[in-house]
Amino acid sequence: MKTPNQKAWWLVVPVVLLVAFNALIPLMTVINYSVQETFGENVFFFEGVKWFQAVLHSERFHNSLQRQLLFTGIILAIEVPLGVAIALAMPRRGPWVSVCLVLVAMPLLIPWNVVGAMWNLLALPDIGLLGRTLNAVGIDYNYTRQPFAAWATLIAMDVWHWTSLVVLLAYAGLSAIPDAYYQAAKIDGASSGAVFRYIQLPKMKRVLTIAVLLRFMDSFMIYTEPIVLTGGGPGNATTLLSIDLVKVALGQFDLGPAAAMSLIYFLIVLLLSWIFYTVMTKDEAE
Amino acid sequence: MKRFVWLVPVLYILFVLLPIYWLLNMSFKNTNEILGSFTLWPRVFTLENYRKIFTDPTWYGGYLNSLAYVLMNTVLSVTVALPAAYAFSRYRFLGDKHLFFWLLTNRMAPPAVFALPFFQLYSAIHLFDTRVAVALAHCLFNIPLAVWILEGFMSGVPKELDETAFVDGYPFWRFFIRIFIPTIAAGVGVAAFFCFMFSWVELLLAKTLTAVDAKPIAATMTRTASTSGYELGLLAAAGALTIIPGAFVIYFVRNYIAKGFALGRV
Repeated sequence: MKTPNQKAWWLVVPVVLLVAFNALIPLMTVINYSVQETFGENVFFFEGVKWFQAVLHSERFHNSLQRQLLFTGIILAIEVPLGVAIALAMPRRGPWVSVCLVLVAMPLLIPWNVVGAMWNLLALPDIGLLGRTLNAVGIDYNYTRQPFAAWATLIAMDVWHWTSLVVLLAYAGLSAIPDAYYQAAKIDGASSGAVFRYIQLPKMKRVLTIAVLLRFMDSFMIYTEPIVLTGGGPGNATTLLSIDLVKVALGQFDLGPAAAMSLIYFLIVLLLSWIFYTVMTKDEAE
Repeated sequence: MKRFVWLVPVLYILFVLLPIYWLLNMSFKNTNEILGSFTLWPRVFTLENYRKIFTDPTWYGGYLNSLAYVLMNTVLSVTVALPAAYAFSRYRFLGDKHLFFWLLTNRMAPPAVFALPFFQLYSAIHLFDTRVAVALAHCLFNIPLAVWILEGFMSGVPKELDETAFVDGYPFWRFFIRIFIPTIAAGVGVAAFFCFMFSWVELLLAKTLTAVDAKPIAATMTRTASTSGYELGLLAAAGALTIIPGAFVIYFVRNYIAKGFALGRV
């Protein structure tokens, strides 16, 4: 049990100050802009909820939100089952465990823009290994011109980048299952399907929930990889939410709409974080 | 069927290594070979790309900038997170749960939302285009990360340790620094590793907050990619060099890597 102690606040103060400096001041700036109109020279007029209405009704926002949801849905549908399958097939003990873990974790530690540049080099239709091979076997492939090819490349890149996270989490869940469970299942003559359904899956439930939530949230704020790979193109085909927001905020300097969009974006993320937090603390209380 | 199960991880690892191999392959080629032919390994093996990076200040300066702000950020994040994580794992205090949740929201916040206000905030306090600015800005997501990871490790240490030490008359800070931190040394290492990593891989904020003097290597790379376009070998070599820090230390944290990515909650 934790002891009640109000003096513990002093231990938290430095963290609160530093994070508040970075989180609250910018948030106040954003809220400020989201309700005002400016014609330059730092003169602002109060506009109420005009920008929020504009953003919520704009087709552009709807489109990038739809693209974002589609992207997140596809990568979750691929990465989670694939990650679980790989984790199940990985060795449980022996010298190969470390080798597998280290190699599998590689993509997670590469700077995000390098991931984009890497896939760029790999997918170039004339000189990239992937692009050249696809074209050689007769598939017309050019991710800078064909929206479908751009999407396929983007998803392949994300699967390459982040499936390892699901693998590592699922593997950690599997390693926590005591051998006695498997022995009992063997004595009862359980099939490997039954072992998965009644032993491995329930034991992995918690880590898989974490994996799904983390992938959902992180894919929702993806920016660097697609901007390096496709720049949001061709046209607007791969303009996800973050890319669109940066275009409005830093590209066009439309402060009002950008701020309103930021807040709506932030509220979505807040809701997701709350779900994450509830799941985590509920499990710990049990 | 069971006998071929090892093929699954092997195939996946090959898929993981494929783009890395292609990057390395390109980094050892000269521009003529990259553009003029299609070869699976360099016909004319050259270290020219790497030589250019290590001799041109705009290139190696980028690495120094990145390393400088990443190290500053790691030290700062872990130092302030240690006592806070202890408070969260041991005590109940007014608003503790809300505070813990609020920290999490900052780890989850999209950097794109913060790009514009950060630019204005750090310009206003005259820190724009300094390494300190990026180090401070990355605290936004690294401090929450460190607090969550450390809290996970500290909760695994029995409270009897603290109680015994206090009964023996240890003052709090002496106990904390001499006994408690060494006990969770692995956790401190893992937290530091993840702070380092997430600061190292982030680009959007680092790029927004710098112009010339403190430009990170990642931003140097994007500029090269967009303007001159055809120095692909140079780009590949720069990319390959950014993989080294991760590849170098990954072995030491291999057993904790899932825990770190799951914010200390596995």
